[in-house]
Amino acid sequence: MIALALPTAAEGGTFTPPGLEDLHLPDILPWGAEYGTGFGKQMLLVILTVVLVSWFLVAASRRRAMVPGKFQFLGEWTYTFVRNSIGRDMLGEREFKKYTPLLVSLFLFVLLSNMMGSIPFLQIPTTSHVGTAYALAGIVYVYWIYLGFKTHGVKYFKVSVVPSGVPKAFLIPVVLIEIVSTFLVRPMTHSLRLFATMLSGHMIIALTGAAMAYMFTSLGQWWGYPLGSLIFIGGLAMFLFEIFIQVLQAYVFTLLTAVYIQTSISDAH
Amino acid sequence: MEISGSLNAIGYGLSAIGGGIGVGLVFAAFIQGVARQPEAQRVLQPLAFMGLAFTEALAILGLVFAFVWKL
Repeated sequence: MIALALPTAAEGGTFTPPGLEDLHLPDILPWGAEYGTGFGKQMLLVILTVVLVSWFLVAASRRRAMVPGKFQFLGEWTYTFVRNSIGRDMLGEREFKKYTPLLVSLFLFVLLSNMMGSIPFLQIPTTSHVGTAYALAGIVYVYWIYLGFKTHGVKYFKVSVVPSGVPKAFLIPVVLIEIVSTFLVRPMTHSLRLFATMLSGHMIIALTGAAMAYMFTSLGQWWGYPLGSLIFIGGLAMFLFEIFIQVLQAYVFTLLTAVYIQTSISDAH
Repeated sequence: MEISGSLNAIGYGLSAIGGGIGVGLVFAAFIQGVARQPEAQRVLQPLAFMGLAFTEALAILGLVFAFVWKL
């Protein structure tokens, strides 16, 4: 759809696809604007997300009944899903209970942050700004290093970077690769995966929207209307696909958190 | 004939090849495993998503660098 739109758009000469600059929305707080308050729409949405998640968890567990109502069922189902299919399967029967609160709150926060991209009028995933993703992955990064030191003591340096069963001749390059991949690439990809998928999804939606608006309003040719309708169908399909990606990325983010915790509390490398 | 634009998009396309093949292999193995032993799905599913996450790392780096490095 987009490929169809681009040549005609170039022909018209006025179509400018939305770029990265469109993600940097103006600050909401007016004072101190010349320094950049940094308090934009995304910050507001982060606060809204925290409030909504807290409200959901508190309200779903306030009136506990033996036979749960719909709302309590939703809360319990979410909790059970994260606890069983992420926590228990990854961390093992013995350990998973300690880390369930972290996993559940991370999952709900990331899920709702991503979902902000699909709610009308809010329409921007807070995780499409790299700062949110860095903060989330940073918390997890500090936490699993702390857990490693707590479990192994100073030996954690050796446990984390020296794989067992490597011949002595290969030890130096293998250890170097392990250091880079564990302590540099791991937190980077953990945060950038979430950020990049949300950013590209948001850009695709914005691009189809802008292309459709251009086709309908400012092209001025009769074939703008069928072409715009085609773009609308493609954009709708991408929108639905985007919802799927948002849920999947929240799942993957929490799953990787569990995996990293597991690698630092397990004995063997 | 003059072609203008950014080479970054081509770079991202190249970096997506490997990730695409890798993700395909991961899920092919996952589907095969489940088809042979359907009760193993609960065990295999997190592993498959873990493999997906590790495999797409390079493609993600490619996407980010395509945006970041303006040459």
